[in-house]
Amino acid sequence: MPRAIERNEVQRLLDEEHGQLVEVLPPEEYEDEHLPGAINIPLKTLDRATTGQLDRERPVIVYCYDTQ
Amino acid sequence: MSPRAAWRLESLGFTRVYDYVAGKADWGSAGLPLEGTSGSATRVGAYVRADVPVCRLEDGLDEVRRRVREAGWDTCFVIDGDRVVLGRLGRAAITGTEPGTTENAMTPGPSTIRPSARLRQTVERMRSQNLSSLPVTTSDGRLVGLLLREDAEAAPVSGPQP
Repeated sequence: MPRAIERNEVQRLLDEEHGQLVEVLPPEEYEDEHLPGAINIPLKTLDRATTGQLDRERPVIVYCYDTQ
Repeated sequence: MSPRAAWRLESLGFTRVYDYVAGKADWGSAGLPLEGTSGSATRVGAYVRADVPVCRLEDGLDEVRRRVREAGWDTCFVIDGDRVVLGRLGRAAITGTEPGTTENAMTPGPSTIRPSARLRQTVERMRSQNLSSLPVTTSDGRLVGLLLREDAEAAPVSGPQP
């Protein structure tokens, strides 16, 4: 079950567990601004092929703009 | 949107999936850097004076005034132990001579903006409301610094002068 986390936990996962950030917004919003090191896989394109670049052994942290 | 993405990843066999629900709005509001074509240079956080003086509620006014003047400022923020802004000492309080503590002289709960606010829109607000400065805090109220209108207007991304 995916776990909702806050900023401090995001930073801990990045620092201590080599977490992978995935922005799921459309490309133009990602190009405008994104968290450092994040990759872009828009929600509509999430499938086995597009997630093939992710390491399944490491945490995956997804985010969008806010809670909307 | 991110909860659906998190569930989708689990359906694809990922077992360590986390949802940063507050997203990049929260990240930027905390003063943390963002990358991209807009990036941090278009945001208020890039132009903040972080050396604005601070003091505590119980500090004596005379001592605070001396320290603020020596540093070349005419304002000071009253903060708690976590740097949360409780109030502001404006020019009148700094140049005044009344004794007492900062708590007696401060203006409580000043309006603030986040470091992630767009600079262009912030400059427009400062012009329309005739503000010479705006305190910048994180989303949980901690002081980042002070945005001076002169700094904001001098930034290349602030738009033309009216």
